[in-house]
Amino acid sequence: MAETVKLTINGKQIEAEKGTLLIEVARQNGIEIPAFCYYQNLSLQAACRMCLVEVEKTPKLQVGCTLPVAEGMVVHTDSEVVRQSRKGMVELLLTNHPLDCPVCDKGGECELQDMTFRYGLGESRFVERKQHVDEEQWSPVVYFDRPRCIMCYRCVRVCNEGLDVTALGVGNRGVVSQILPNFHDHLECDECGACIDICPVGALTSGAYRYKTRPWEMHHVGTICTHCADGCRTTLGVRNEKIIRGNNRDSSGINGEFLCVKGRYAFDFTEHPERLQSPLMRAGGRLEPVSWSQALEAVAKKFIEVKQGSGHFGVIGSCHTTNEENFYLQKFARQVLGTKNVDHHRSGDLATLFDALTDRGKVLATVEDLANAKAVLVVASDLAQQHPMLANQIRASRRLRGARVYTVTPGPVREDKNAVASVRVQKGGELAGIESLRDKLKAESDLTIVFGDAIQGESLRKLIAFGDSLGLAVKYICLVDYSNSRGAFDMGLIPRDGGLSREQMLARDLDVLWVVGANPLKEVRGESKAGFLVVQDLFLTETAQRADIVLPAASAYEKTGTVTNVCGEVQKLKAAINVMGPKADLEIMGLIAREMGPAAVRTLGMWLPDKVFEEIRKTVHGYDVPMPVVATGGAAPTMPLNGRVAALPGSISSAGDTLFTSGTLGRYSKVLNSVMESPGALYEEKGRHS
Amino acid sequence: MLAAYPEGRKRSAVVPMLIYAQDETGAVTPELIAEVAKRCEVEPLQVDEVVGYYSMLHRKPLGKYHVQVCTNISCLLVGGEELYEHAKKKLGIGNKQVTADGQFSLEEVECMGACSWAPAVEINYDFHHYVTPERLDQLIDALRKAN
Ligand code: SF4
Ligand code: SF4
Ligand code: SF4
Ligand code: FES
Ligand code: FES
Repeated sequence: MAETVKLTINGKQIEAEKGTLLIEVARQNGIEIPAFCYYQNLSLQAACRMCLVEVEKTPKLQVGCTLPVAEGMVVHTDSEVVRQSRKGMVELLLTNHPLDCPVCDKGGECELQDMTFRYGLGESRFVERKQHVDEEQWSPVVYFDRPRCIMCYRCVRVCNEGLDVTALGVGNRGVVSQILPNFHDHLECDECGACIDICPVGALTSGAYRYKTRPWEMHHVGTICTHCADGCRTTLGVRNEKIIRGNNRDSSGINGEFLCVKGRYAFDFTEHPERLQSPLMRAGGRLEPVSWSQALEAVAKKFIEVKQGSGHFGVIGSCHTTNEENFYLQKFARQVLGTKNVDHHRSGDLATLFDALTDRGKVLATVEDLANAKAVLVVASDLAQQHPMLANQIRASRRLRGARVYTVTPGPVREDKNAVASVRVQKGGELAGIESLRDKLKAESDLTIVFGDAIQGESLRKLIAFGDSLGLAVKYICLVDYSNSRGAFDMGLIPRDGGLSREQMLARDLDVLWVVGANPLKEVRGESKAGFLVVQDLFLTETAQRADIVLPAASAYEKTGTVTNVCGEVQKLKAAINVMGPKADLEIMGLIAREMGPAAVRTLGMWLPDKVFEEIRKTVHGYDVPMPVVATGGAAPTMPLNGRVAALPGSISSAGDTLFTSGTLGRYSKVLNSVMESPGALYEEKGRHS
Repeated sequence: MLAAYPEGRKRSAVVPMLIYAQDETGAVTPELIAEVAKRCEVEPLQVDEVVGYYSMLHRKPLGKYHVQVCTNISCLLVGGEELYEHAKKKLGIGNKQVTADGQFSLEEVECMGACSWAPAVEINYDFHHYVTPERLDQLIDALRKAN
């Protein structure tokens, strides 16, 4: 334990670690020192003077947010002079504040409102006219209303320090100073909305949310982002069965407050006009809407027919559907349809990873491990683009705990900026690049290696051998693409025991190809080779367009279940909205089974997420996770390292999404397509904004 | 110049670099901002912040002689404001304006740290203390003649 000091706050004896900031010590002891500009984990600003307190034996009021506690300090946070000074501060902040709370997005959850209510004077001595400046639109998602700004610089610091983007700055000085976007009249940045989120007032507002609702008219649903594999927790604000806001202000979840542009805004695909509302069946060469019962009956009939005729099935699953759905699907394929041809789009070589590391215990890093890592090596990934939250975690580790970062990538990445060493390599040269860092890495006390799809098969085994040879504790994160890519693998949507891989299935004339939440024919021209194509999806994708039957599916924001993130942590989805036409994939599968007859249902069990999860916990390697953790919205790490894993046929490659794309879902998100940075590119100088 | 700063502190050179560059080019242009940002390894926006903050950095070219009259409290008490009014009349220009011949520009500035010798005027880098309207006339006339 570090050296401690004894001090007194408001007559209360307190012991605290020496050097801690007074404002933090007070908070930890349940004493509020009001603050605007102070923000945990950002640099100190001492700009707002809201935190002034009285410290005995010092002549003037002291700034609580920058004052380290010292032995014998006697502090008063609620004396008459402190109260007076707060009143003065609030009065000053309000001199040119428009007080348009009734129409301001922030009204009801505004820190300035709260402070005025609690600490304000209740009246103002200023009678001068207020200076009005029109609001400015800086990007499709960021608006700035200058008169509301209280110059706390939180936005500037979060963008500069938190995101490492530095798109916001302060122009001029004194009373005319103002927040500025990096391109004079507009922003070119990550469009992450962190600045909006952190703004204590309604000065920065969100293009997607502004003027849509009063905050108290929404209800809030905590669930998991459905885009990349990082598994950020997002709190969706819902009104009238519409999602209108995504944020994570309560810092629940592994991402803290962080969300990227996709997590914060790209829920809008749920209400895209092209969303499928009814099942479609091919009639006379065209897909025509039919009822659910007709469609399900037709699918079941075909499945039975092909099975009885000993025909061939192929099943391709999704990287977005829940663990329950993936489990049910592979069980359906193997036990009801009797096929081993099961796969999904694999974007990381988990089979080799699990096999090579088998029985090693905790060598797969969780997000928290990454946060505590002393050194991180990023290989073959443009992390800030492809895994925004992991990248954010690494930035925080470096900034707050001095983690040392290394990059080995084919082009420039944002992580280079603060890296100890960066090596540029051609594809295939990654291992040589890593080797060149050997001496530096050897000197670290621990290391987490985060690697992309270029490292697979033999090179992955070599990477692990390299890790072993360093003689320090090494942990790994194998990057995969989407919200449940990891779960798809773990649940068994893989061609093990001699099944056909995804590519093989597409190349064969199978009797039935059943595609759930994937778009494997995107790049394939012409007709589908399969005799009969059944597709479950949200949209009429390239694959769905060629289907014989299309069943409209619910998105992750419309159903319950669990997903497993890139680090193998299981988290729970909670339905934010109900949909009328589409059904959850699990239910669709269950209903197909029911149509096929009682034997199928007996084999598969009920299609209830909780029931299926129970079975997963009992039967899937490493998924015996503690229920309370998952049920209460926590992230439960899985332990998949037990037993050898056989190599699988088929290819492994990342779809290469950028910060502004997200496979099919991204194509149907208006916000993602509206920002000028979209679609963006990986490994580009420009992407680093510097 | 960057060598004068400790490792990893290139951004500290932003202010002096801007001043020297401004002396050469006459004003801080967007191109200059971009160049300084590149050399000091910061974002152009961060250089822009500095330009907006410091009153001695100018985005538009100044006169050959930049007359800065302080009207902050100490100078104000002993005639700074009258001096500034006088300068306006004498030069025929207002705050931050340049004479037609490009010789003089005028600026009303805040405290320059010369309070003990108020009222103070700074012309380019030269300080003038206890300045009276007559003394200001002499200074300006002398500069006019020098050309
Ligand atoms: S949206 Fe994100 S990247 Fe853009 S200015 Fe705001 S904080 Fe910075
Ligand atoms: S825009 Fe908001 S966060 Fe930024 S300085 Fe103003 S009040 Fe603070
Ligand atoms: S980092 Fe990934 S999981 Fe997090 S908000 Fe962005 S897309 Fe969603
Ligand atoms: S919180 Fe201390 S000065 Fe703003
Ligand atoms: S007030 Fe004029 S120099 Fe200080």
